[in-house]
Amino acid sequence: MALATFSIWRGEAGQGKYCKYTTEFSEGMVVLDVIHKIQAEQANDMAVRWNCKAGKCGSCSAEINGMPKLMCMTRMNQLDLSKPVTIEPMKAFPSIKDLVTDVSWNFRVKKQIKKFKPRPPDAPDGSWRMSQEDVDRVQEFRKCIECFLCQDVCHVLREHQLHDEFVGPRYFVYIAALEMHPLDTEDRISELAKAKGIGYCNITKCCTKVCPESITITDNAIIPLKERVVDEFYDPLKRLFRMFRR
Amino acid sequence: MAQAAASSKRGFGQTERRDLWWVEPLAIAIGLSGFVIYATWAAFQGNNYHYGPYLSPFYSPEIFGDSPHSWFGPLPAWWPLWLPFSPALLILWAPGGFRFTCYYYRGSYYKALWADPPACGVGEPRAHYRGERKFPLIVQNIHRYFMYIAVLFLFILGYDVWKALWFTNPATGAVQFGMGVGTLVLAMNVSLLGGYTLSCHSMRHLLGGRHDEVNKALFGRGCYNCISGLNRHHMKWAWFSLFWVAFSDVYVRLCSMGVWSDRRFF
Ligand code: SF4
Ligand code: SF4
Ligand code: FES
Repeated sequence: MALATFSIWRGEAGQGKYCKYTTEFSEGMVVLDVIHKIQAEQANDMAVRWNCKAGKCGSCSAEINGMPKLMCMTRMNQLDLSKPVTIEPMKAFPSIKDLVTDVSWNFRVKKQIKKFKPRPPDAPDGSWRMSQEDVDRVQEFRKCIECFLCQDVCHVLREHQLHDEFVGPRYFVYIAALEMHPLDTEDRISELAKAKGIGYCNITKCCTKVCPESITITDNAIIPLKERVVDEFYDPLKRLFRMFRR
Repeated sequence: MAQAAASSKRGFGQTERRDLWWVEPLAIAIGLSGFVIYATWAAFQGNNYHYGPYLSPFYSPEIFGDSPHSWFGPLPAWWPLWLPFSPALLILWAPGGFRFTCYYYRGSYYKALWADPPACGVGEPRAHYRGERKFPLIVQNIHRYFMYIAVLFLFILGYDVWKALWFTNPATGAVQFGMGVGTLVLAMNVSLLGGYTLSCHSMRHLLGGRHDEVNKALFGRGCYNCISGLNRHHMKWAWFSLFWVAFSDVYVRLCSMGVWSDRRFF
C-alpha cells in the first residue's frame, strides 16, 4: 500500500473549493477506485458520476492534473504522486455538484442534426449494396462513447463558451459519420458552415489528443468536413462551374 | 449557456497541467520563426543561389535572373528601380502560401505564435475569438489552390534535379553526365516536398475524400488509401521538408561562396 493525496474540487453550481484527501492505494488501482475509496472513507457526500468502469460508458469524465481524462482509465502509476493530484469536473459544462457536470447541452445539440436518410433500397427485397471499405471509413467515428472529453478540451467551448454557435468536435465526428456514409443522401454542409460553426475550429487537435477511443477527430472528421465546406462555399472555380451547369 | 463548472475562466497560461506543456509550442515557435528569418534573408540576397548545375530551391523557378537557369533572361528594363528585386521574391509567395495555409501549420502556429490556445487546456490571453469563420482567417480556405501550384513546383524542382545530373567540364566545355552531393541534396529535397504535397489534406480530399463511395475517386481506391497513409504522417513530412529545403539553399549557397566544395561521385 502506498499513499496518495488528491486535491478534489468540491462545490455546487460553480461555487466551491479544492479539498485535500490523503488515502492509501494498492497496485493496479485507477483514479476512479481512489475517488470511491475517499468517498467511502472520508467524504460520503462527494458526487461522482460513473457506470461501467471499463472505459465504455463515458460517464466518469473529469480533469486529472488539468487534462480531460476518463477516471476509470487513468492508472495511479501514470501519475506523479510527489504533489497532490488535482481532480476537477469538466470545465466546458455547468457544474452540478463536485465532479458532476450537466452535459445535457450535448444531447440537445445532437437532436438538431439532420438524421440519416438512406437512398431508396438497391434490391427488391429492400436491402442495399455497399462496399465494406466505404463503411470502414465511417466505422471509426462510431467508436465514440460520448464521454465529451473532446468537447471539454476544445477551447472554443472551454475558453470562449461559444456553445450557441459551435457544436464541438463530438458532433463533427457524428456529422462526419452520417455525411460520409455511402447510403446517406442528406446534405448537412450548409448548416455545418453556418449554425454548426465548423469555421470556429482552428485545427489545434486537442480533441484528438484526449479522445479515449483514439478517434482521429481532426484529421479524419473535421478537416475532411472543412474541405467539403470549401467545395460548397469557398472554391471560386467550383462555384463558377456550378453556375454554368445550372 | 449557463455558468460553466469549477474554476472555469483562467488567465493567460493558467492551467492545472503538470507536464511541460510549453515545450512543444516553444519548439514550434523557434522552428518556424527560424525558418522564416533564414528564408527572408536568403531571398533578399539575390546572389550565390546557383553553383554549377545546381539551383537553390528558394530561387526555382528563376523567372528573371542572371544565372544560366533563368527562364526569360535577366531582369527586364521595365522593373521599377525602387522595387527590391531578387529572383526568389517573384516565386516564394507560392510555397510560402502553401505552408501558411496548410492545415497542420495552421493548427500549430495558432498555438505557438498566437496562443489560441497556448496548449491544450491552457488559458488564453484574449477573450474575443472569431476562428476561421470570418475575415481574415477565412482566407485560409484558399489552401487547395496553393496545393495545385505546389504540384507544379514539384515538376519544376524535379527538372532541376535532372539538370543537376549534367556537369560542364570547365576545361573542354563539354557537358557530361555525373552526380555530386548537390544532386542528392536536391533529389532529397524534391522527394520530401513530394511527400509533403501528396500528404496534404486538400490532396486527400481531391483524390477520394470528397466521395462517399471512394471507388468513384479520380485514381481509384488504391490511390486514396495511399494518400491517406501518407497523410497520417503529414506533420513529419511538413517538418522534414521544411528543414531540407532550407538546407538545400544553405548547401548551394556555401558551395557557391567557396566555403564548401561539392563532392563529385562520377
Ligand atoms: S481541433 Fe478544432 S474541434 Fe478539436 S479541440 Fe481544436 S478547435 Fe476544438
Ligand atoms: S469523440 Fe472521443 S472524446 Fe469525443 S465524445 Fe467521442 S469518445 Fe469521447
Ligand atoms: S494540409 Fe498541410 S499542406 Fe495541405
